[in-house]
Amino acid sequence: MQALTSATIELCDIEKSFGSVQAVRGVSLRIAAGAITGIVGENGAGKSTLMSILYGLYRADSGDVRVDGRPVEMASPRDAIAHGIGMVHQHFMLIDSFTVLENMILGAEGGPLLAGGLAAARTELARLAREYGLSIDPDARVADLSVGEQQRVEILKVLFRGARILILDEPSAVLTPQETDRLFRILRTLKERGVTVVLITHKLREIMAVTDHVYVMRQGRVVAERRTADTDSEELAELMVGRKVRLDLDKALPRHGKVVLRAEQLSLVDERGVRLLDDVALELRAGEIVGIAGVTGNGQSELLQVLAGIRPPSGGRLTVGERVFDARHHGSPAEMRTLGLAHVPEDRLRQGMVAAFEASETSILGYQDEPPFTRHYLLDGSAVGAHCSDLMERFDVRPRSPGLRSSHFSGGNQQKLVLAREIARRPRVLLVGQPTRGVDIGAIEFIHHELVRARDAGCAVLVVSVELDEILSLADRILVMFAGRIVGEVEPGRADERTLGLMMAGAQAA
Amino acid sequence: MDEVFSFVFLMLASTLRVATPLVLCAMGGLFSEKGGIVDVGLEGKMLMAAFFAAATASVTGSAWAGVAAAVLAAEALALLHGLACITYRGNQVVSGVAINIVAAGLTIVLGAAWFARGGQTPPLVGDERLLPLFLPGAGDNVLVYAALLSVPVTWWIIARTRFGLRLRAVGEMPLAVDAAGLSVAWLRYRAVLLCGLLAGLAGAYLSIGQNAGFSRDMTAGQGFIALAAIIFGKWRPWPAFGACLVFGLLDAIAIRLQGVRLPGVGEVPVQLVQAMPYLLAMFLLAGFIGRAVAPRAAGVPYVKEH
Repeated sequence: MQALTSATIELCDIEKSFGSVQAVRGVSLRIAAGAITGIVGENGAGKSTLMSILYGLYRADSGDVRVDGRPVEMASPRDAIAHGIGMVHQHFMLIDSFTVLENMILGAEGGPLLAGGLAAARTELARLAREYGLSIDPDARVADLSVGEQQRVEILKVLFRGARILILDEPSAVLTPQETDRLFRILRTLKERGVTVVLITHKLREIMAVTDHVYVMRQGRVVAERRTADTDSEELAELMVGRKVRLDLDKALPRHGKVVLRAEQLSLVDERGVRLLDDVALELRAGEIVGIAGVTGNGQSELLQVLAGIRPPSGGRLTVGERVFDARHHGSPAEMRTLGLAHVPEDRLRQGMVAAFEASETSILGYQDEPPFTRHYLLDGSAVGAHCSDLMERFDVRPRSPGLRSSHFSGGNQQKLVLAREIARRPRVLLVGQPTRGVDIGAIEFIHHELVRARDAGCAVLVVSVELDEILSLADRILVMFAGRIVGEVEPGRADERTLGLMMAGAQAA
Repeated sequence: MDEVFSFVFLMLASTLRVATPLVLCAMGGLFSEKGGIVDVGLEGKMLMAAFFAAATASVTGSAWAGVAAAVLAAEALALLHGLACITYRGNQVVSGVAINIVAAGLTIVLGAAWFARGGQTPPLVGDERLLPLFLPGAGDNVLVYAALLSVPVTWWIIARTRFGLRLRAVGEMPLAVDAAGLSVAWLRYRAVLLCGLLAGLAGAYLSIGQNAGFSRDMTAGQGFIALAAIIFGKWRPWPAFGACLVFGLLDAIAIRLQGVRLPGVGEVPVQLVQAMPYLLAMFLLAGFIGRAVAPRAAGVPYVKEH
């Protein structure tokens, strides 16, 4: 193959909305040829959306993509591939039942019959393996490969198509630290060979380790551009998290009661052997709000699921009230409810409600077998409706129509309804995941206020949120999770975004 | 010795005759399902094809015109299925069931209106039928050989060609196909149309090859048996062919056993014998085939985010 030089890519004033959510707001950036450019930001900052626009998966509402200064149309991945752009997706675009070779040639078979294309790909694969140190068995089935190897196949696939610009979306999210190091070595080799690399990540360590240039995104905008050599993790953490207006919350000092939930050495290992929770210990006392801060995917969701009885732990003990659970005697969500534990799940659309159900049905979900809702095996529609109307009144859910489908309410009103359902039971423990994700400002205030009220009424509240501001303003104690462990505890009075950001990014395990 | 030989030959020929529409249908269904489109409408396509084959052959006097009409009729339904499932991303099972109902009703209505014989077409004679090619009496018409040929060809296309690779990919993970810059919809349309072609041939075989005319509901669930054969064959052509032969053999035995007195049992009820293939299908489907390995995206419309 001839030595190709890659082009310089520019994104100019890109805007993109999904429904009412503006994901990318007027972003301009430049990807220098032959270098490694990092794009860093929190989850939901718009990084992946931006790159999907560059790769032709999404269409920008406005703005343009320029290759070597010329505006080009990226209507589909085909266009992007034609301009030498290749993408390694966070969720691999590999077909499990295919071999490595079959995956490589899909879409670039080189003729109507496979034999020739497969043979050519085999030779090319051997060459790429030599040149970039990307060795892989061409005849292995993808399903039998480790995640790190699958990622190598993705990279090879992109190189095989002649891409000279490689976009990697959160490539280390699924890798072990060793595999990540290996990936970085590969990226450096690619750079030496003149390939342009774009690395999307929320991990500062990776930005510092491998990039030449970094853009920081926050809430759909590029907020800073730095040469990696001229910056450090601390500055980036601060830029990434930002100094947002803190929602001030009037709240009294907590009155600590007795411990109502205790986790000891709690662990969770998934079927692939990945340790999702690692030796987690925590105590919840009546009358306090404990906040769990962390970047998404560091075990917070799993912790909530284990505490709520949705997933049994792999090890350790969990005490709720007087009851003790462990890996063998684990609780079910229903059992947890009877112990006075209520749960507002992170994914309210899929776990907190049935989107197609009426609001009144959502308002009793999980409690539908209890009187007055069910009597003699039959649902009492008027009791359910009255209950829902009552909740709607107390929690200001709009519109006040118990008969309306749950999916037709706005995010904030859905959340208020789910929260109302759980708080109305006067639980002893309340677990709340992402209390205000996708919720408008007005509802945020209301929800925060209700959580504090529940606390003041003696409930132990555990809040998991990716919004640092939320944690800082709500919590009486803050625990930080990283890689399935609780890496530190901070009092909100003495915490600032920078220290928390660093702990969350795993830059410093306290 | 000669008697044994001739018995085996006759059973084999009879098995193949009965299995022919199953094999054609199964290979057609295989293309569709490999591409991620579940096809419960095989039955309806075959029935519609059978009707148009007989009707056209009867009117034009040409069996070949009948075959062409059968293929066109089945393709029309295939296109409808494609439109509903690919373009409009509808539920594939519902669309298939609707096609079956439409075919069952339309063939009877049109038959009654055109020929006024209670839904039957006039009996076909001579060149209006596909006649045996080499072995008079064995019923080895051209479609029997087409069915036999369809198995290696299907295997070859799916395993060895670019189209086959893409087809398998689109049935497993359409997103990856899209990301590779290929059209998911066009691939799936081609899969559905190939299915229509083969189901059309199967229908033509029923009414102008195996039988001499169309009679109402003459497919009698064979489209579903073909579907079962695909599942037993775990979506692979040769094993699916084997399953079709097993069903064919059972049917052939059923035909032979009619009216025969078995020692110690007495006369076997015809209905029981005829029910054998269906009972076997249920028995096998209930868990004797191990883990089913359907194409992962089969039945799931591909919705692209914008």
